[in-house]
Amino acid sequence: MKQPTNTPETNRLPRGVRLRSAWNTTAALLILAVLLFPVYWMLNTALQPDASIAATAWFPTSPSLDNFETAFSTQGRSLLTSLGVALGAVVVCLALAAPAAYGLAQFGLRGGQGIVFTTLITQMVPGIVIANAMYSAYAELGLVNSYLGLVLADASLGLPFSIVLLRAFMVSIPTEVVEAAMVDGANRFTAFVRIVLPMSRNALITAGLFTFLFAWSDFIFALTLNTTDDVKPITLGIYQFVGAHVSDWGAVMATAVLSAVPAAILLVVAQKYIAAGITGGSVK
Amino acid sequence: MTTITSTAPATATGGTSASAHRAPRGRRLLRWLFVAPALTYMALFFGYPLVNNILISFQRYTPKTYFTGEAPFNGLDNWRAVFANELFGDALWHTLLFTVGSLLGQFTIGLALAVFFSRRFRLSGLVRAVLLLPWLVPMVVSAVVWRRILDQEHGMLNSVLHAVGLVSADGVPWLSSPSVALLSAVLVNIWIGIPFNMVILYGGLQEIPRDVYEAAALDGSGPWRTFRSITLPMLRPVITVVLVLGFMSTVKILDLILALTSGGPADSTQTLGTVTYQLSFLQLDFGQGAVVGNVLILISAVFAVLYLRANRADFGKGK
Repeated sequence: MKQPTNTPETNRLPRGVRLRSAWNTTAALLILAVLLFPVYWMLNTALQPDASIAATAWFPTSPSLDNFETAFSTQGRSLLTSLGVALGAVVVCLALAAPAAYGLAQFGLRGGQGIVFTTLITQMVPGIVIANAMYSAYAELGLVNSYLGLVLADASLGLPFSIVLLRAFMVSIPTEVVEAAMVDGANRFTAFVRIVLPMSRNALITAGLFTFLFAWSDFIFALTLNTTDDVKPITLGIYQFVGAHVSDWGAVMATAVLSAVPAAILLVVAQKYIAAGITGGSVK
Repeated sequence: MTTITSTAPATATGGTSASAHRAPRGRRLLRWLFVAPALTYMALFFGYPLVNNILISFQRYTPKTYFTGEAPFNGLDNWRAVFANELFGDALWHTLLFTVGSLLGQFTIGLALAVFFSRRFRLSGLVRAVLLLPWLVPMVVSAVVWRRILDQEHGMLNSVLHAVGLVSADGVPWLSSPSVALLSAVLVNIWIGIPFNMVILYGGLQEIPRDVYEAAALDGSGPWRTFRSITLPMLRPVITVVLVLGFMSTVKILDLILALTSGGPADSTQTLGTVTYQLSFLQLDFGQGAVVGNVLILISAVFAVLYLRANRADFGKGK
């Protein structure tokens, strides 16, 4: 985007180029239609009240929100659970990641590079292995079937990513800014809270959004660290819903639509951060 | 990816701060307080499982263990049992097919789209952004949607293929035939992984200086030649990172398969991930589950080393 858009060719053949641009746009929209078809199909099925077991019509000619009503009444609690757990995970994750990232970015700690390396590597530990080993500890601590247990586990999904992302940002904060505040009598901690955190707002938002999304999408911890239905996030809810009500596809798809809402919001609200997030943290 | 590079210069001045009157040792300790909570948490949630998983793999867990709390050590029994189990070999093979198939598809299509979107045209940025949606939606949810699409009798895919005349009225048993189910899982996972590959490769393409292409054009190099002699070689560090990261996230996939096929039909979609889950949480034999988990970690570790080496190469060139 930084490059000038005019190649020598553009100046000579504006009309031909414009034509090619239109052709490319058409091709792009076609690609979009093919790749996003499942998303359309999810919406389409959700909007058709009698999309039960028989084949679904191509378009929702008489759309209704009946399925969404069913989805809310059967899965509403799970949606709330997911919301609570994901928000909790964001709080835990940022509270741990922000000071750590600052420390790693600005203090020149001995072994700091090693810590960043280790942080990158932890993203490679399979979730099922963590669940497998954590289960017995959770059982002993009484954390199975608890919100706290799931929040703590889900926070691990965003922590390495957040540390790496925030650290990359905080490296660029000039040390003089913090030192100036400390000359004025602030200690390291208050300087961090009053100066560094506000300056890092955008990076914190990005890290928080991704952590929210990871926690919202979590299935493995929801499945393994809960043996009853007390704490049932929406991913687990929809999984059981499909198993039990496989004939009511309209309601299942309405639930699917609802559980995709955070992804859609993230796409609209934080669009510019996403590419940075994917490449910067090298996640998933 | 470039994050490891920049610590040194920024931190060199960190020591000469206003709090210099305090004892340097105490100050150093105070600084660690910023990092300590996160480190403790990571030790508990990543370090402990890695160690404990190795220990558990030498212990005998039974459903009774959860009443008595006793899990006696049993040497190599779990390992022998797992390696003797035919399902383990099958799962290993399925994991390999699933991972390699997914990566090939995701990468090829992702690269093609990245190259395509590098052209300048109207709506390019917007379309690129919207294409990310499949990657952001929870994997279980995607899998459930695909389960509906791939349904043999009432699924949309079969009715279209039948209407076009490609398949008979019976349709393809996408998820219900042992010989097709794994392929279906691979196709769905390719769909999920395309955005990730596209975004990173697109970023890599933007880093290649324009004048290299102009020079190639002056030399009369055609598009294919340019792609092979300039784009691919210059993109290589990014390609390595994409493939290694893709490998590590694909090899451990569990939610997609559980929601799509639950490992069936006839265990044809069992992978190391699903077998670990099944052994530990359905058969409640955490010892044997840990063995399979350790194998999974070992495989990931090999690629983690590759990743670090690729990063170092990237780092050396970048700065």
